[in-house]
Amino acid sequence: MEFGPYLLLACLEGAVLAAVLALMASGLSLVFGVMRVVNVAHGEFYMLGAVAAWAVTSMLGAGAVANFVAALVIAPLAVGLLAAAADMTILKRLEYDPERTIVATIGLLYVIQQLTLMTYGADARPVVAPFNSRIALPWVEWGENGLSLYYPWGLSTTSYKLFVIVAAVVLITGLRLFMAHSRAGLIMRATQLDGEMATAFGVPVERVYAIVFGAGAALAALAGVLIVPIQQAHYLMGGDALLLSFIVVIIGGLGSLTGTVVAAILIGMSDGIISVFFSPTLAKIIATLVVALVLVFRPQGLFGAKDR
Amino acid sequence: MSVILETTGLGKSFDGLRANNDISFSLPAHQIRALIGPNGAGKTTFVSMLIGRLTPTEGVIRFDGRDVTKLPAHERVKLGMAYTFQITSVFGRLSAHENVALAARRRLSDPAAVAQEVAQALGRVGLGDRADAIAGDLSYGHQRLLEIAMGLAQKPRLLILDEPTQGLAESEVESFKALIRALAAETTILLIEHNMAVVMELADHITVLNFGEILAEGSPQEIHANPAVQAAYLGTGAPDAED
Amino acid sequence: MSRRDWSLHLGLVALLFALNWILPAYHHGVVARVMVLAVFAMGYNVAFGYTGLLSLGHAMYFAAGMYGTGLVALHLEAGAIPAWFAGLGAGLLLALVTGLLALRTAGVSFMIVTLMFAQAFYLGILYFGDITHGDDGFVVPNAARRVAEVALSDAGPRYLIGWALFSVTMIGTLWLVRAPFGRVLVAIRENEDRARLLGYDTGRRKLGALVISGGISAGAGAAYALLFGYVGASFAGVQYSIFALLWVLLGGAGTVIGPLVGTLFMYYLVDLSTEVTDAYMLIAGIVLILLTLFMPRGITGALRQVWRDLP
Repeated sequence: MEFGPYLLLACLEGAVLAAVLALMASGLSLVFGVMRVVNVAHGEFYMLGAVAAWAVTSMLGAGAVANFVAALVIAPLAVGLLAAAADMTILKRLEYDPERTIVATIGLLYVIQQLTLMTYGADARPVVAPFNSRIALPWVEWGENGLSLYYPWGLSTTSYKLFVIVAAVVLITGLRLFMAHSRAGLIMRATQLDGEMATAFGVPVERVYAIVFGAGAALAALAGVLIVPIQQAHYLMGGDALLLSFIVVIIGGLGSLTGTVVAAILIGMSDGIISVFFSPTLAKIIATLVVALVLVFRPQGLFGAKDR
Repeated sequence: MSVILETTGLGKSFDGLRANNDISFSLPAHQIRALIGPNGAGKTTFVSMLIGRLTPTEGVIRFDGRDVTKLPAHERVKLGMAYTFQITSVFGRLSAHENVALAARRRLSDPAAVAQEVAQALGRVGLGDRADAIAGDLSYGHQRLLEIAMGLAQKPRLLILDEPTQGLAESEVESFKALIRALAAETTILLIEHNMAVVMELADHITVLNFGEILAEGSPQEIHANPAVQAAYLGTGAPDAED
Repeated sequence: MSRRDWSLHLGLVALLFALNWILPAYHHGVVARVMVLAVFAMGYNVAFGYTGLLSLGHAMYFAAGMYGTGLVALHLEAGAIPAWFAGLGAGLLLALVTGLLALRTAGVSFMIVTLMFAQAFYLGILYFGDITHGDDGFVVPNAARRVAEVALSDAGPRYLIGWALFSVTMIGTLWLVRAPFGRVLVAIRENEDRARLLGYDTGRRKLGALVISGGISAGAGAAYALLFGYVGASFAGVQYSIFALLWVLLGGAGTVIGPLVGTLFMYYLVDLSTEVTDAYMLIAGIVLILLTLFMPRGITGALRQVWRDLP
């Protein structure tokens, strides 16, 4: 393949990654934004979403579309409830102390991961996509007759991948509208600004926290369900996903939803592109170093506004 | 008397908000100076710049003739400034003895000299018998005194006390006043204080801040009689202060 | 320092020495390994327990020591002693560079920055597979695992060298935390702002603490490579950073003997659980959660309730 079509392919792969990443990172960002805690077990909720999608589809055994729709509803709900329970039994008792919460969620990470290993096993398992037609993409060429369209071999995507991108856009737009305009969103933002003040005004802060933690995990699980027809479900898949969403949230500015989306596109695309042309390991090394240096020299993120 | 601390045109803005404006202030050695002003007058901003916890937006700070405007806080402390926090800030899980020893050990390396210095400092504030107590277990008033002992153990040439009598019992305030009077022979004291009785009794000289600027300066009697100061404290605005 | 403190710590050193001739072969091997890993934990403790620097990236210092030693032995055919110092030097240098950057942040940012640096280091080991043998790791050549006529791979010398390293580090740490420098580290942990306003350059002291901490961790990693003969990327992974945290938290952060207690306890716990399941990290996860919930001061920390000035 020539360079041009190859680049387009890399961009498409990058866009799928960006879409999934944006969803997952929004969950992490939401939790940090409202509760001021970093959830290290976030990647495991993503993994649980993927594994739950596999479990739902294999147990239900209906048609591919019905299976997938069921997974799309059940998996995030189940994972969200689990996370809310973890919030009420563990994080609440730590009074959301930032450092102790990180240590406890590291513990949670291993517990979830290892329990999955014990029950689901070490195999990677696929979920059939609800629809998956191949779409060949055209490329322009400067030929003897001027510009002409042609279909290079290998330049294609699938309808499902396009669906993932659209779904992520719709979901994130919905989340933004919800946070900006609904009463629940208003309460969450009030809690984010000042927990004590919110308590004084009768906001049930503890319940808000449990819901936010659950919702953040549900977003990760949703990302897991969406990715599983493309990537198989595996008990260790949370690690890389966590790292990438960390990177996105930090570069985008902790707790800023817009920044998160912009950073997800940036990281997703560049990861896709660098991975296609160079080694994925090198891409990750660069990305982790960038995150560390952003935190050191620009703690408000590349897109975040400076505090005060 | 030589001037130990001097600021010229000192100012601080937070995002365009003026917290301090054009403060030119001069403190002779061995004086007890009180810095007063209504809430929000910019006193804390001012002393934070003096000790180096905040960087001034403009202006110069001189300590003992030396420009310290750009020096970090710990360097200023090494030059002989000491600061006690407005909100009690002791090492809560360490013993009272260790709290003061940390203050003394920067100057002294000999353990015996440190122990002696600690005993002396704790004795002067009346905590001689509480040396082994964990600082966090001390009563609030005793923690305030412990802070002062930490200041003393540094043998500073300028001691900045930020609201030292806040939360002290009546009897403790009395012994605090005696302590400060005794200290005047050894060091210079800048006292940020709300308790007017303490100020009037202790201060040689008073500087009044209002709206981030110096409103008046003078002896306790002069300040007491100053109508602008009275107006500022009554909250009717400050007629003499230029906006 | 009180006589009681000395007798506790020297007694522990003597006990571990005597165990060399008492323990059955299997436990003899385990304790040798635990002592070296406990040195890593003691290094971590200097940063986390005494200075309050919660790093999530200490595996990179351990691995820097391990790879510094292993690679010098493998590619330059250096002897055991120069190789060990190469590892130590690598760790010190890495700690200095990462410390200069990471210490510009604090709290949660510091945790994430150290995590990211360690991750980049780990990925770097995989990326430069030509030199490091990537994921597979490599066996340290036997020529490098001898000092004079003594083979470090033999059980007896291995135990005694592990013991010597452990003892020197423990007494060194004990001395450090009782010295004025160590006292200031504790003051920084308790209230950094106050310590600065007592005239201490807290930034430089934190850097000092991190370099000492990284150096001790690297010394442990370097010794591990020589004594156990294997260098692998998994030692640089996040898991080993978490282990250091876990061992120290469990044993009691900010206590001199805590790291040994925590390492020993966790090692046997994991050892027992691997007989039952592959998912031995489950135990680590559960212990972490329980610790943060119910025993934030760890085992030795709980002991301090009784023995108040336990160092």
